[in-house]
Amino acid sequence: MDEISESKIIGVATRRIDGPLKVSGAAMYASDHSFPGLLYAWPVCATIAKGSVARLDTAEAGKMTGVAAIYHRANIGNLYRVPPAAGFSLIIDEKRPPFEDDVIRYYGQYIAVVVANTVEQARAAAERVKVTYNREKPDADSKMTGSPLTTDKPDEKSKRGDTAAALRSAKVKVDNVYSIPAETHNPIELHASVAVYDGQKFTLYETSQAVVNHRDVLAQVLGVPPEQVQVITRFLGSGFGGKLWPWPQSALAAACARNLNRPVKLVVSRQMMFQTVGHRPAIEQRIQLAAEPDGKLTALQQDYVNHTSILDDYDEGCGEVTPFMYSTPNLLVTGGLARRNVGNPTAMRGPGAVPGLFALESGMDELAVSLKMDPVQLRLNNEPEIDESLRIPFSSRHMKECLTTGAEKFGWANRTPEVGSMRRDGLTLGWGVAACSWLAARTEAEASVELRQDGTARVACGTQDIGGGTYTILAQIVSHETGIPVSKINVVLGDSALPSGPISGGSWVTASVTPAVLDAARNARKTLLLAAVKSDNSPFKGKKPDDLEFVDAMVRLKGQAQSAVPMSEILRIAKVSSVSGAGKSQGTFGAAKPEFSFHSYGAQFAEVTWQSEIARLRVSRVVTVIDAGRIINPRPAQNQIEGAVVMGVGMALFEETIYDSRSGAPINNNLADYVMAVNADTPQIDVTFLDYPDYKLNPLGVRGVGEIGLAGVAAAITSAVYHATGIRVRDLPVRIEDLLPMAKMSIA
Amino acid sequence: MELFQLVTAQTVSDAVKAQAQSATAQNGADIRFIAGGTNLVDYMKLNVERPRQLVDINRLPLDKIERSSDGGLKIGALARNADVAQDPIVKEQYAVLSQALLSGASPQLRNMATTAGNLLQKTRCVYYRDTASACNKRQPGSGCSAIGGYNRPLAILGTSDHCIATNPSDQNVALMALEAVVHIEGSNGQRAVPISEFYLLPGSTPERETVLQPGDLVTHITLLKPVAGTKSGYLKLRDRASYEFALASAAIVMKKDGDRISYVRVAMGGVGTRPWRASEAEKMLLGRSATEANFRTAAEAALHGAKPQSQNGFKVELAKRCLVHTMGQVSQIA
Ligand SMILES: Cc1cc2nc3c(=O)[nH]c(=O)nc-3n(C[C@H](O)[C@H](O)[C@H](O)COP(=O)(O)OP(=O)(O)OC[C@H]3O[C@@H](n4cnc5c(N)ncnc54)[C@H](O)[C@@H]3O)c2cc1C
Ligand code: SF4
Repeated sequence: MDEISESKIIGVATRRIDGPLKVSGAAMYASDHSFPGLLYAWPVCATIAKGSVARLDTAEAGKMTGVAAIYHRANIGNLYRVPPAAGFSLIIDEKRPPFEDDVIRYYGQYIAVVVANTVEQARAAAERVKVTYNREKPDADSKMTGSPLTTDKPDEKSKRGDTAAALRSAKVKVDNVYSIPAETHNPIELHASVAVYDGQKFTLYETSQAVVNHRDVLAQVLGVPPEQVQVITRFLGSGFGGKLWPWPQSALAAACARNLNRPVKLVVSRQMMFQTVGHRPAIEQRIQLAAEPDGKLTALQQDYVNHTSILDDYDEGCGEVTPFMYSTPNLLVTGGLARRNVGNPTAMRGPGAVPGLFALESGMDELAVSLKMDPVQLRLNNEPEIDESLRIPFSSRHMKECLTTGAEKFGWANRTPEVGSMRRDGLTLGWGVAACSWLAARTEAEASVELRQDGTARVACGTQDIGGGTYTILAQIVSHETGIPVSKINVVLGDSALPSGPISGGSWVTASVTPAVLDAARNARKTLLLAAVKSDNSPFKGKKPDDLEFVDAMVRLKGQAQSAVPMSEILRIAKVSSVSGAGKSQGTFGAAKPEFSFHSYGAQFAEVTWQSEIARLRVSRVVTVIDAGRIINPRPAQNQIEGAVVMGVGMALFEETIYDSRSGAPINNNLADYVMAVNADTPQIDVTFLDYPDYKLNPLGVRGVGEIGLAGVAAAITSAVYHATGIRVRDLPVRIEDLLPMAKMSIA
Repeated sequence: MELFQLVTAQTVSDAVKAQAQSATAQNGADIRFIAGGTNLVDYMKLNVERPRQLVDINRLPLDKIERSSDGGLKIGALARNADVAQDPIVKEQYAVLSQALLSGASPQLRNMATTAGNLLQKTRCVYYRDTASACNKRQPGSGCSAIGGYNRPLAILGTSDHCIATNPSDQNVALMALEAVVHIEGSNGQRAVPISEFYLLPGSTPERETVLQPGDLVTHITLLKPVAGTKSGYLKLRDRASYEFALASAAIVMKKDGDRISYVRVAMGGVGTRPWRASEAEKMLLGRSATEANFRTAAEAALHGAKPQSQNGFKVELAKRCLVHTMGQVSQIA
């Protein structure tokens, strides 16, 4: 497909077409679905993190008002494992189906489920199921150092040169360990499943970021062919990666519906959100950097270990962007996993790169301090010409411009490097910077476009809009291709019965789907033009399709505006209600021999204010410059970056899932005790998109913006904290107690 | 949540009679008054509170904020936190109370929360709210999970080997500094309890938190006419900027004659098992000049005897800074 550079609608700030549905409450989220005869399920969760179920006594619970059934290992029916995943199908993080055995491996593991007429009855009865345990001492330790790994030695993830020798002979070196605690996704919408079973087919209303994968996984788990499962997620109250892959509640709801032949709704509680639906694992990373006195890097080594669950291997992949961020002849990235009695970790916004860049960019800042060099300059000095790990060119990389543009917008030139040297309104200021990157990729996608006699168009794809603006973007693409206004384009997503679409992950939905939609729109146009030349009474009867064009929702002879006939008129003459076209596009993800290194880039500049006399730290300002290819819709794109920056404030200063060392329970399992950034913590945020189309990735030159906004934020903030206070916090989050020892008294 | 019966009290004596049937007015009460419900219902959902009966007191005429005959202020038990915080007299003469209330919870919660409900809100200790954990306050004799567990937010003053939970309220800290009096109507008639005597230390019976007996209904609180020339202020320190309980807070009421401090009340939140009055600090300050050094000495005195747990040692210094800073701020306007 040719590059598309000019457009009246692509790149134009466009209001979300789903906005009115959401603010009016008409948008149906998974748990909004209700059906005649609906029953409610409530799981019984283990209150130990290690051991086994010795006895399960459901007698009292079973007699309670409204209880329809109580299921557990003995009576849930067949639930199967999923065969190993290949590509982006059949992915599930917690591979053991619920109730497979009596062993308890993490706190909150489901051991039974109560189904009742109301959710209150189900919950009350679940609380009366008596469980006797064989208890063992769990290990939920958040420290990784010295912990046995799942492999004999850490895996080598990327390697070039002789890093050990270069580190040994380094003129300037930094060597530090950085940690982040487990973080829990807390979208407002709780995970939910509403399962409807008609004796043969399952219709599952799910909170899913990947309906097609969810269908395939659930078909396997339930032991039925995929045609007998349909998964629907029209709207998602956000997911942040936590809703990419199916979690056990989905299998439970479906199994209960199957057993009872009634629709069953299971909404996971906020407490369970901390237990059974994934989290970002606790991670420790050692970063070693060696440089010449002029700042040129000579070696980079990153060794990370993340926790994983007892049964499954979740690798956070912290070294994902490390190999190509900077130019260095010697590089080594290793990774290892340590088992803990925790639920299985999963992707959280920017998996791998976000924690990886916290460590790497903190290391770069520490190196800049050692070198007495400006941290922006240090990064500029180490800009690579090519991707030195794969030895291929970058498709489109403007990291330097991100840094210089950001520096200018932020006013970086006014920074004085000495700790605590900058003040404003009685507060100490700290300024920090970090570079960032996130992968750019396409996965396979299919879509269909239908042009209708009533003058509207319909575009359908089995991907989903998780809040990022996919509905609107696809309307823009079809509008671009057909001239039909966005308001007359009906976008249908979030249904596994639609043409197979990508997962809403990796920030690649836009890059993957838009070529398929373009293809579908063009195929629909072909059929339309065919109808125009073949139908009796058509003014174009007898012409060749090639003589015609489709402009502004009208068919006309090429270049002859006066000959234009509205699309609806052509279809009326042809006596068809609509014409449609199917579209398809290929993936680049995981290509064996990539020609280009595809990534997005960015720079984060953060300002903190520090009031030592009351140990009060706040993030006051963030300037973000993003090089993420062509921006199709600047409004939601800016939202994505702003939201990610706020999440970054939370990651840097607040978020931490605390596992009780004795019980293994995630003990701050609610929105009061799991501290996230609130409105009052939101800094002034300035987002700039460089907007260089990456035509090597797709004809629109689009990459994606869902995750990159979070990458680097925490490192920019901790570097700013160092600049303000002289304290380098390497273990997130930065807490008041970390900053107290140095704080000096001063009273005006 | 357990099944419960809801009765609506039409008169104060109805309410008193209904709750007098409860075995206790302390933790584990089987009959509870419900006011705004923002604390009680949360804990009922978690099965921490399991009353078999709720007595709805929202119809009782106890929501007024009015001048008392002696020039003080009478705040009804049902006056909403939002209304008290925005009351013109409170804002002007009892600024510390308005500021404390506005630093707490969220606008929606403050619209529901009542003065007495706030007075009697339960601790936010994570083990108290988790019925799978041992907790002496919730289940006497089961042990204290917070000691040696997650105790970062908990108390360093007034603790015992049985419980280290904080009283989480902001309002109550201001009321301590204002020397409020709690007015109670019970089975044996009316009585008035100074707030300094209203809360109990946990000792070996952390399930007992106040002097309330079955049937005791808080009807209102009273504040004295402010000592002429006093100024007051509240400062709350916490991790995030809003919507979080205090790690340390300070309520200061002060008057200066020239440079000398001629009247001072000091209270602290977030650090004590009950809203904490720091009389030692007051003694240090009275008659002294308002200097940073003297504030620091007073803060040291206030935290004398603090007993940190494994994770909350930083609170000793944080509370001191909170005190010194707030004293400094109030002394500038006093
Ligand atoms: C998310 C969240 C954040 C919060 N943040 C803060 C904060 O930062 N700072 C803060 O101070 N508070 C905070 N709160 C607590 C809030 O202030 C209390 O929930 C509220 O004050 C309770 O008042 P209520 O009227 O709703 O009480 P209820 O829940 O109705 O009752 C609480 C208790 O008081 C008893 N009671 C009520 N009225 C009477 C009476 N007249 N006589 C005798 N007993 C009575 C009830 O029986 C019950 O035991 C927060 C609460 C929530 C949910
Ligand atoms: S501190 Fe008090 S409330 Fe918390 S667990 Fe211990 S006894 Fe229970």
